[in-house]
Amino acid sequence: MTAISTPLPHDLPHDGHGHGDNYLTHGKGLMSWLFTLDHKRIGLMYMTVVLGAFALGGAFAVALRTHLLWPHQDLTAQQAELYNNMFTLHGAVMVFMFIIPAIPAVLGNFILPLQLGAKDVAFPRLNLLSFHIYCIGGLFFVYVLLSGVVHAATGGQVTFPGGFGLDTGWTFYAPYSTSKASGSVTAAVLGAFMLGFSSILTGLNFIATIHSLRPKGMTWFRMPLLLWSLYATSIIQILATPVLAITLLLLVAERTLGIGIFDSSLGGDPVLMQHFFWFYSHPAVYIMILPAMGVISEIITAHSRKHIFGYTFVAMSSVGIAMLSFFVWGHHMFVSGQSPMAGAIFSLLTFLVALPSAVKVFNWLGTLYKGDIHLTTPMLYVLGFLLLFSIGGLTGLPLAAINVDVHLHDTYFVIAHFHYVAMGSMLFAFLGGMYHWWPKMFGKMYNDNAGRVAAVLIFIGFNLTFFPQFIAGTHGMPRRYASYPPEFQIYHVLSTFGAYTMTTGLVIVLLNWVHSLARGKKAPANPWGANTLEWHTSSPPPHDNFKVTPEVGDPYDMSGWVYDQATEGWVLSDEPRAATSHH
Amino acid sequence: MAQLTTTPLAHPVGHDAHNGHDPHLAHHFDTMEQQYRSNKTGMWVFLATEILMFGGLFCAYSVYRHNHPEVFAFAHEALDRKWGAINTIVLITSSLTMAWAVRAAQMNQRKLLSFLLALTILGGAGFMVIKSVEYKTKWEHHLFPGRLNVYNKEYKGEAKPYADLLALKNGDEEAAMGGDEVHEAPTAAAIAVPPEYVDPNAGGPDAAKIRANFAVVPGLSDKANEHLEEHLTLSSLNDLDRSRINAFFSVYFLMTGLHGIHVLIGMGLITWLFFRSLRNEFSSKYFAPVDLVGLYWHIVDVIWIFLFPLLYLIH
Repeated sequence: MTAISTPLPHDLPHDGHGHGDNYLTHGKGLMSWLFTLDHKRIGLMYMTVVLGAFALGGAFAVALRTHLLWPHQDLTAQQAELYNNMFTLHGAVMVFMFIIPAIPAVLGNFILPLQLGAKDVAFPRLNLLSFHIYCIGGLFFVYVLLSGVVHAATGGQVTFPGGFGLDTGWTFYAPYSTSKASGSVTAAVLGAFMLGFSSILTGLNFIATIHSLRPKGMTWFRMPLLLWSLYATSIIQILATPVLAITLLLLVAERTLGIGIFDSSLGGDPVLMQHFFWFYSHPAVYIMILPAMGVISEIITAHSRKHIFGYTFVAMSSVGIAMLSFFVWGHHMFVSGQSPMAGAIFSLLTFLVALPSAVKVFNWLGTLYKGDIHLTTPMLYVLGFLLLFSIGGLTGLPLAAINVDVHLHDTYFVIAHFHYVAMGSMLFAFLGGMYHWWPKMFGKMYNDNAGRVAAVLIFIGFNLTFFPQFIAGTHGMPRRYASYPPEFQIYHVLSTFGAYTMTTGLVIVLLNWVHSLARGKKAPANPWGANTLEWHTSSPPPHDNFKVTPEVGDPYDMSGWVYDQATEGWVLSDEPRAATSHH
Repeated sequence: MAQLTTTPLAHPVGHDAHNGHDPHLAHHFDTMEQQYRSNKTGMWVFLATEILMFGGLFCAYSVYRHNHPEVFAFAHEALDRKWGAINTIVLITSSLTMAWAVRAAQMNQRKLLSFLLALTILGGAGFMVIKSVEYKTKWEHHLFPGRLNVYNKEYKGEAKPYADLLALKNGDEEAAMGGDEVHEAPTAAAIAVPPEYVDPNAGGPDAAKIRANFAVVPGLSDKANEHLEEHLTLSSLNDLDRSRINAFFSVYFLMTGLHGIHVLIGMGLITWLFFRSLRNEFSSKYFAPVDLVGLYWHIVDVIWIFLFPLLYLIH
């Protein structure tokens, strides 16, 4: 027998039979990671950097909230400048480096080829390139950060080329970013340009992969819903991000050459800058939330042990949201001097977004109804998501109404609204997804109780942070202010303690993950009994994903799986399908 | 025994397990056809991003031209229509040779393929040479983008703005550079906007009438207005417009510059194809790179076809 296997020794490492070889152990050393073409390793590398960015952005947020514990009626110029830097970097790092790449680049990279039963994405080299470009983009932001820190630490003695810090707000509006800029805007803008480029390459890769690497039998309407939402996301990344790219290049040209496209003192049009920016950045909001919706669809069906309700509607609403996303950007400029006619049209179109979003929520509730709901950690995040997304979505409607928006524009109400959607919903989906796929990614289980405690803490902390901001906003508390009248203090104090609670929860999550990596029980191939293809391979998957090409069926028909006490996981039943699916 | 020896081949999933496949087939594709389809999808999606990126510039162009129509009518006179037209022909011809090259690859005509690729590179090079000749004129006359432009208020160089940019194109250097009285930027008083001047963008009941021949400046003599109908001079622009002339050159350099970078990238890619074609790497079975670079080259061409009339042929 041994003699037979020797003729093909080079196949053995890939084969994995009896060796316990998987993608984590396939190839050793730092270089085997940094220059890997394996989508799973690229996903994990993204995970580490994205989580680092999240920690950085979160640190800024905690600093901001701590500052806002007191009204600071006697604010000094330095404090104000520091505050402006803090909220700008918080926004820019969170949006460009965490929220946008988190689900597509981490979970998407890891899961998408697995759900397709494929060996990799269509363009593995491009995938690696997109990660490297992402890191370079991140370095630009590190430079901006250092320039601010060094300037402050040396008492203004040392200033990096291009200025120090960044105080434009994450939106880079002219003239804050042009003639009135004091920070190293050019570096930040180039950083955002690189991050956008990375995002385009990921989207391009996903589109080509979904088009050409679907296995036999997987028609468009037999695709897992995560793939539908990643596809819709990729369309937005492809069509919107290039506009941001050219806007940022124009901004750089404006700053270096003084070309006067956006700066009104040079004959430019600052509102044009806003149009360009939101033509990208509004669809980008859906780049943030659509993958989250896909993750929710996957988790909710797996953990309520029930077929997704209204598959076609959930899939098509992703596409619907993606299409609508391109025609609503003007609602950011209701008070920027846009024509009333344009305002009315954008307002109407914005209301329309509520339809596909609500279709999704109702279908998720339909999936839960009479399901066999397991309150696992991922499921708690899903339930949290449903509440936060509903609140975030419904508070978007008053903002879409022009006359109400005039009152609420640039207040904490807007802050609370988009944190409920972009941060709360997206973060809950991301954490839920991480917990859901964690066993697949690392082959280890985690302490479910600790995970649940953290999920509840984060949920309470989140609402405590942002719900008071709705009230403060309706009472007129403007965003981006470093000081405020004392009557707003109660909202800020509540908000700050909410932020501390949330941070505590997030630290528990991190400890939970580290503990799982070090001490976690070995994970079964399919701990949830889900039927999407990634659960048909071992945990963690081998280098080439599948030892045996899995059979494609209805991704949400879980009747073929039976619970196996020995492995504490689910295994495909040997009995013929007819015998198990009659109930 | 026979059954056992075949077992390893039942899992042809290794990264290196080509097992007699086409060497160009990447491990994660099943067939060349699937790989080709995938690459082509990727390329088309990439081209969509290119169009959107240039779309931002075209949008900025429209907004600017709408806000300052006279500026564009005046400033575009500095561009050389003749060279622009020749460049358009050069680029379209290179697109033809590129398309033909794809055909040659598909037909296994390997020598013809190398020849056509070389011709395409030559076309791209010709385009860039002509473009640099044009840029040189702008360079010499300080018609740079932004604050480096001779018409910009912040301009600190020694050159002086021209009253008549048409002279540059016609080679009438003396008229443009000659006597001080032409050469000198007219003082604000000398070309002050006549009191009855109506802003063509202001709207109002007469707007349409005025807009139709915005070049006619009320208050100027009939003879001067006759002159204006042919082309605008600096004195026919109002103060505000005069300070915006550099914007046209900003738009011009950004659009043609970004396009030029794309031409250079395309030339690099075609050079890479050329050397591969010399090694006979392409055949009717494997021509995807030629095809894909060809698509890219055509989009670069199409963008120029829009740039040329928008920048050079303004009326």
